[in-house]
Amino acid sequence: MKKELSIFDSPKNVKKLLITFYCSLIILLIAEFFIHPHPAFSFEYVKGFSAVYGFFSCVMLIFLAKILRLIVMKKENYYDK
Amino acid sequence: MTSNMIPPAIIFILAAFLIPFLKGKTKSIYMLLIPVATFYVLVNIPYGNIWTYEFWGYNLILGRIDKLSMVFGYIFTIMAFLGILFALKVKDDLQHVAAIVYAGATLGVVLAGDFLSLYLFWEIMAVSSTFLIIASRTRASREAGFRYILVHLIGGLFLLAGIVLYTQKTGTIAFDYIGLTGIESYLIFIGIALNAAAIPLHAWLPDAYPMGTPTSTVFLSAFTTKSAVYLLIRTFPGADLLIWIGAFMVFVPIFYAVLENDIRRVLAYSLLNQIGFMLVGIGIGTQLALNGAVAHAFCHILYKGLLFMAAGSVLQMTGKIKCTEIGGLYKTMPLTCLFCIVGAASISAFPLFSGFVSKSMIVTATVNEKMVFVYLILQFASAGVFHHAGIKVPFFTFFGHDSGIRAKDPSWNMTLAMGIAAFGCIFIGVFPQPLYNLLPFIVDYVPYTGAHVVGQLQLLMFGALAFALLILSGYYPPEIKSINLDVDWSYRKIGRGAYFIMDRGLNALNRLSESVLMGVVKGVVSFFKSAAAKIALFVSVNIWLLLGYRGKRLEIKKNRLYNDILEGTLPIGIGAAIAISFILLVFILT
Repeated sequence: MKKELSIFDSPKNVKKLLITFYCSLIILLIAEFFIHPHPAFSFEYVKGFSAVYGFFSCVMLIFLAKILRLIVMKKENYYDK
Repeated sequence: MTSNMIPPAIIFILAAFLIPFLKGKTKSIYMLLIPVATFYVLVNIPYGNIWTYEFWGYNLILGRIDKLSMVFGYIFTIMAFLGILFALKVKDDLQHVAAIVYAGATLGVVLAGDFLSLYLFWEIMAVSSTFLIIASRTRASREAGFRYILVHLIGGLFLLAGIVLYTQKTGTIAFDYIGLTGIESYLIFIGIALNAAAIPLHAWLPDAYPMGTPTSTVFLSAFTTKSAVYLLIRTFPGADLLIWIGAFMVFVPIFYAVLENDIRRVLAYSLLNQIGFMLVGIGIGTQLALNGAVAHAFCHILYKGLLFMAAGSVLQMTGKIKCTEIGGLYKTMPLTCLFCIVGAASISAFPLFSGFVSKSMIVTATVNEKMVFVYLILQFASAGVFHHAGIKVPFFTFFGHDSGIRAKDPSWNMTLAMGIAAFGCIFIGVFPQPLYNLLPFIVDYVPYTGAHVVGQLQLLMFGALAFALLILSGYYPPEIKSINLDVDWSYRKIGRGAYFIMDRGLNALNRLSESVLMGVVKGVVSFFKSAAAKIALFVSVNIWLLLGYRGKRLEIKKNRLYNDILEGTLPIGIGAAIAISFILLVFILT
């Protein structure tokens, strides 16, 4: 039997991963100041527009999905009845 | 003009029927050689109309070879190879034959230059793919397969009606750009759009595809929808309607994908979302947009195939595929996990993965046409795709809560198929030029600019931040054993209700006439149904006896064949009847 991987079992490693993730977010925000911008629309002149849009897209997605779930969710045997 | 080579569709379909007679290594090598031989043919055929045949005064064109049909021909052949490799160890000939006929029919559709051969391959596609759905041999899959073939036969009828009117109007069965102009074009459009799973004609896809076997869903995910996308690019580029259907499609399915519990249903909804991107590109209809739609279809076939292979591997090795039942599988399935992440990164359009170089062409096309609203929807969906397909699928399958399951990576052929697909995704992402060279129009587009890379990464990574925060805070909707209602509710529940009312209300009147008529019809139907089965049995039993099957094994084989035929001949009969009636209709009307 092959040895199991278990690097994500220790909370320390998960914490390291999260810190790396947060750092990459900050780097991305800073990086925008050093590149030549060619925005698609005028609102994209705002620094960090994509970041904010991406974040709120996902929050909205979850929020609306939770509402949708109230309407469309049924038990697994719904069609068998 | 005819060529001395055989049309790809014919290679596949004829070759498929030899499979049951081969065994062991010979069989494996033989099956893998089918797409290889086809690829050789594709590489060596000249552009133009080849394999043309005269049929009842009509010109059949089995090979319309140009840049557009070739790029689809290549990717379908590649995907057929990967699908066959992935399914190599499956011990069920029905699946092998159905899958290879299905792939062949798809190539037939893509290369067809006239409506008659297109329609014939179209029906073969519908019937053979149904066998892949019912191949799980469960009650649920049989019922889903039945709904699937009914929906597709109805779609086929729309297409057929459109074709008949079109042929009558133009006097030719050859087709190219049609455009949404008259009633016949709308009928053809509906027929094709149904196969593209365009909303609201989409419900068959998440209903049927997740019912396939671990290996057959890989084939299903590639062929039907993308051959319809090809036809839309061919016949309806620039139809504004497609922009709105597409925008709706990138938007709505992601909510379902977030809620779904079954990983393969999540992938089915994300498939709808990805087709939405392609339809937007086709609807815009500029050279950049169409190039984008083709490139995205190409990349999509590869990474969606890869994701379904990863899901199939999990299902094969654990017997489970629901978020609530799996988790923590990275520990013992590291390769599958790695390949799944590559597929997830590709579908999310991460820089250096294939989706990035194709999807961005469509997004840029909306910018060039100043479509702010569509642009914002596509960007929203891009973040959403990363959320459900990019993070949710790998996270809940391979990480998340530890389910305690300790399944190993699948057999070498399945792992290899995933490996090749993953390599392809990364290769296209890093070196997009070879793909761009295949596209129908000259590409003047550079995906890797600083602004684009940083913008895309911000969009994705901050979407990931939202996911992380929602998971950590516990607001994220928990996985629940459930199903979510979709449009198929209308024909699954209302259909049943309507039947009930009819049954109670009208049947009293009908009973007498029915009993007389149905008696006759039933007799005729069962005669033909069992006649076909009996003829097939007679032929097969003799062959089996010759091959040395005796006693119990013969009995098992006989029963299996008999049941397969009884389940299968009805749709084939309908398809064939429709194909024949088409020829007659055209003959009478013109």
